[in-house]
Amino acid sequence: MKTKLMLAAGLAALVLAPMVGAEPSYEEVQMIIHRDFKAKGQAKMDRLDQDVVQQVCTRAHDKPPADVAKAIEADQLAAIPVPSGSLMGDWKKGAKTAWSGKGMQWNEDPKKGAGGGCYNCHEISAQRTSFGTIGPSLKAFGKKRGHGADAQRYVYTKIYNAKAYNLCSNMPRFGTTGTLTEQQIKDLVAYLLDPNSPNNK
Amino acid sequence: MRASGKRTLLLAAFAFAAAPAAAQTSQFEQYQKMVGEDSPAELFVLVGADLWRKKQGPKNASLERCDLGKGPGVVKGAYAALPRYFADANQVMDAESRILYCMETLQGRSRKEALKRPFGNADKPSEMEYLDAFVASQSDGFKMTPGMSHPQEKRAYELGKALFFARTGLYDFSCASCHGEPGKRIRMSDLPVLSEPGPARAAMSTWPAYRVSNSQMKTMQWRVNNCYRQMRTPQPVWGSEVVNSMIMYLTVNAKGAVYAGPGTKR
Ligand code: HEC
Ligand code: HEC
Repeated sequence: MKTKLMLAAGLAALVLAPMVGAEPSYEEVQMIIHRDFKAKGQAKMDRLDQDVVQQVCTRAHDKPPADVAKAIEADQLAAIPVPSGSLMGDWKKGAKTAWSGKGMQWNEDPKKGAGGGCYNCHEISAQRTSFGTIGPSLKAFGKKRGHGADAQRYVYTKIYNAKAYNLCSNMPRFGTTGTLTEQQIKDLVAYLLDPNSPNNK
Repeated sequence: MRASGKRTLLLAAFAFAAAPAAAQTSQFEQYQKMVGEDSPAELFVLVGADLWRKKQGPKNASLERCDLGKGPGVVKGAYAALPRYFADANQVMDAESRILYCMETLQGRSRKEALKRPFGNADKPSEMEYLDAFVASQSDGFKMTPGMSHPQEKRAYELGKALFFARTGLYDFSCASCHGEPGKRIRMSDLPVLSEPGPARAAMSTWPAYRVSNSQMKTMQWRVNNCYRQMRTPQPVWGSEVVNSMIMYLTVNAKGAVYAGPGTKR
């Protein structure tokens, strides 16, 4: 509430007097962002509010001090609700989620759900060739890392919140943001790890 | 393009530009057939040239007296010298913002009306896409020299730079998440490192561009808008300080490049 008020006051000042100093402060940049975007479709204005991860990574140009990063990563990891029991879902469904980049954009229908768009950044499965390279190859991930409880737990939590392991990772937080459901993430775990998944053939 | 063909095209372009919106789709297709193998970008330039001269709006005026930064009526080389600060508007403007400014001031059109469809589609391109293509074409071969001396120009650059590295939106991306490291791809698309002069020059000297994947002329305002859409943010306001400063930052990174647009892209 208090920050909202401060923001409003700051915005009013901005409108009245455009600043002329060359380098805008962090606060100015955030206020200008809130002023110059408009909610559209499912993309509401709260998507512009930086949480601690975005804030620290922005201020530190993606290179935060190691101790700061460690502490926030630990908080992010602790906040992940890991379901009890097996985390291995259905790799066939996981394949669909991995290879769909749909969802969460202002021009899309939220009722239609979302994919993970994993292929945009990762090589997965030898059979598919249209993949990006922002992230490492995940081909044969289960062969390399095994498919036991620990591997399952790592992949589940990494997809849920990549920032729990690497604070300024370029990978989105698919669970934290509500992009993917618990079941979808379990299916992805299976697609990456299950010995029967084409990813491990 | 053969010279006689060009004349026929110009005539057709005039008819096209003057036609009511509803009739435009089929005419556009007809027109595209006439252009044949020539670059579709050329088509947008020709139609844009006619729209530039067409009298419109409450003041029934054309855009021919528009001051794009080199004085009223000078289009040659103007695009390559943008964005820059304009004292009459007291702000930094890119080509599209300045074209809009001229629609408002010379033609007497309301911002709302003139901005009703800033982004067209393959069936029905927007007026801005034609006009931007035409204005850009008149800078072919000119060195890119965006404004870098006025305090507001410096500020726009700095703001654009800060925005380029700011994490935002549902997916925590900054522009640098995808345009920050050499040799990376999204899907099969190569991602230029837009903070570096080399790749920035190659990218920025060829916008606006006919995008084959969209079958459409796309502008710089669209490009920034569309990357924010992928970033799962709300929508940046067209011509806002955020978008114009981003365009300033990218263009300053590309300064010195020889402008060669409008281009044709994937
Ligand atoms: C925009 C890019 C991007 C997208 C989309 C993305 N990732 Fe990643 N991913 C990365 C990057 C970069 C890394 C490596 C840095 C790190 O650890 O965060 C990574 C790391 C990983 C790792 C850890 C690899 C290891 O060796 O430990 C897994 C597992 C993973 N991603 C799975 C996924 C899945 C599943 C999806 C889709 C739901 C996905 N990623 C979507 C960028 C992305
Ligand atoms: C999630 C990934 C992603 C993010 C984040 C992103 N972009 Fe892009 N960008 C792309 C893709 C994909 C293309 C298209 C490449 C193509 O057309 O082949 C592209 C293309 C561009 C181009 C055209 C490059 C050229 O060669 O002509 C510009 C300019 C650009 N982006 C600017 C930005 C800006 C500014 C931001 C931040 C506001 C941004 N991008 C954020 C993925 C991204």
